[in-house]
Amino acid sequence: MSPTSIVRRLLWEFWLPVVLVAIWWFASAESTNIYFPPLSQILDEFVDIWFFEGIKTEIWPSIQRLALGFGIACLAGVGLGMVLGMVSWLDAAVRPLVEFMRATPGVAILPVMMLLVGLGSSMKVAMIALVATWPILLNTIDGVRSVEPVLRQVSRSYRLSRLDRIRFLVLPNAAPQIFAGARTALAISFVAMVISEMVGTPGGIGYFVLDAQRSFNTTAMWAGIIALGILGYLINRLFALVESWALAWHRGMTAHNNGGK
Amino acid sequence: MTTATANAEGVKGASGTPVIQAKGLGHAYGERQIFENLEFSVAQGEFVCIVGPSGVGKTTLLQSLTGLLQPSNGAVVFEGKTVKSPPEGLAIVFQDYSRSLMPWLSVLDNVALPLRSAGVKKAERLRLSTEALTEVGLKDFTAAYPWQLSGGMQQRVAIARALASQPRAIVMDEPFASVDAQTRSDLEDLVLRVRDHLGITVMLVTHDIDEAVYLADTVLVLSGRPATVTALIDVDLPVPREQLATKALPKFAELRTEVYRLIKAPVPPAEPATAPSA
Repeated sequence: MSPTSIVRRLLWEFWLPVVLVAIWWFASAESTNIYFPPLSQILDEFVDIWFFEGIKTEIWPSIQRLALGFGIACLAGVGLGMVLGMVSWLDAAVRPLVEFMRATPGVAILPVMMLLVGLGSSMKVAMIALVATWPILLNTIDGVRSVEPVLRQVSRSYRLSRLDRIRFLVLPNAAPQIFAGARTALAISFVAMVISEMVGTPGGIGYFVLDAQRSFNTTAMWAGIIALGILGYLINRLFALVESWALAWHRGMTAHNNGGK
Repeated sequence: MTTATANAEGVKGASGTPVIQAKGLGHAYGERQIFENLEFSVAQGEFVCIVGPSGVGKTTLLQSLTGLLQPSNGAVVFEGKTVKSPPEGLAIVFQDYSRSLMPWLSVLDNVALPLRSAGVKKAERLRLSTEALTEVGLKDFTAAYPWQLSGGMQQRVAIARALASQPRAIVMDEPFASVDAQTRSDLEDLVLRVRDHLGITVMLVTHDIDEAVYLADTVLVLSGRPATVTALIDVDLPVPREQLATKALPKFAELRTEVYRLIKAPVPPAEPATAPSA
C-alpha cells in the first residue's frame, strides 16, 4: 500500500470522529453544567485516570474477564456445535432449549447468576461466557451442516481419518459461519462485561463508570465512557484482524468469484 | 509407437486376474430398479469406458463400484476382495471439480491430504504430491488455491490427488463433462498418457460416445430400464491414440456408430448381459 492510500484510508476512517469531537470540544468549552463538563476537563481527567494506573487496576482486569469469558464461549460453542452439527438426533433433542436460551436476553439471567455464583469475578466471567456461547453455538451447527456433499464423498473415498475429516473438512468449512457468530458474541460479551461489573463487586471499568456517576464525579464518568468506547473499538479491530488472517482463503475466493470469472 | 502398442497389448494379454469385477450387481432406490444383474470384469491395466444415455444410472453404478454405495444385489470385487467401503488402491475422480477440491487448502495440500490420513510421513507426502502434480503439468502451481485456477487445471489437481496415493485403479465420473472442448481433449490425452506411464487400470464414465471410443480399450454400453450391460465392445484402434489421426480412422467412425446404435436402440433386456467381447 502506498503512503497516499494509507493517508486516504485513515482520513475515511477518522474524519467523522474528529469532526464530532471538535464539535463536542467547542460546544462544551464554556459549559458550567455539572452533567456536561467541558471536554478539555474530561480529557485531562482521562489522562490522569487511565495513564497508567487505571489501565492496570481497572481496564486490565476487565479485559482479562472478557478474554476468559469469550474464550470459554468460543470453546464451548464450537465444541458443542460440532457435536450437535454431526449428531442430528441430539441436535433435534436440545434445539428448543438452545433457541430459548438464545432468545432470552442475557441480562435477564444476571439476578440468577448473582444468587448462584455471587458478585465476584467468577460471576462476571460466567455471565460473559453464558451470553456469548449461543450465537457461536448456533452458527457452528449451521456451518458443520453445510459441508458440500461432494466433499463428503471425497473424504470417504480417500479414506480420511475422523480427525483429519474434522480438522481439514468440517472445521474450515464452518469457519466463516463460526467467525460470524463469534463477532456477534464478542459484541454482547462486551455488554455483559460492563453490566456484570456494574452490579458486581468493585473493580473493572464498568464498575468505575457507575461508581463515578453515583459520586457525582461526572468528569470521571465521561472519561470512563470514552475509555469504554475506545476499548470496544480496539477489540473489534483486533477481532477483524484475526478473522481476516484465519479466513484469508474465504475472502480471496469470494473476491475472486465476484470479480468476474 | 510400437513399444506403446506392445505394452498395452502385453498388459492386456498377460492379465489373468481381473482388478474390478461386478458380480450380479444390481441397485434399486426403493421400488425403482436402476440396474440389475451386471456382470463384467476389468483387467489389470485396462481402460474401460462406461457409456449410456443420461439417467441410465451411470453414477449410481460408479458409486457402487467404488464402495460409496452399498448395492442392493450382488457384489463388487476389487483385487479379490468384496468391496464394502472405498478400498485402498482405488482412487476416484469426481465430475464436479469445483466442488471436489477443498477451497481452504492449497493445491499441494489438497493433493497431499489423503496421504496424510494414510499415515505417510511428511517428506514422503511432499515427494509423492509434487510428483503427481508434475505428472499432470502443475508443478508450478502448488501454492495456489484451487479457485485461482481454471476449470481444466482444477480437474488436473483432482487427477493429481488421485495419482498421489499411487492407486492401482482409478475410477472417473464424467471427469471432463464441464470443461471446454480444447481442455477436454488435452485432459483426455493426459489421462491416456498417465495410464501408459503408470500402468493404472481406469474406469471412466461418460455420456460422450466419441470420448468413450477414443479413450477405451473396452466400451461398456449400459442401457435399458432397469439398465443392463447391452454390449462390451473391444476397441482395437491403434495406440497411442491421437486426437486427429485416431478420430479420422474409418474404424473409429464404425465403432462410434455401433455404440451410438446400441445406446439409441437397445437390445431387449432378454438378451444375455454377457456380450461378446471379440
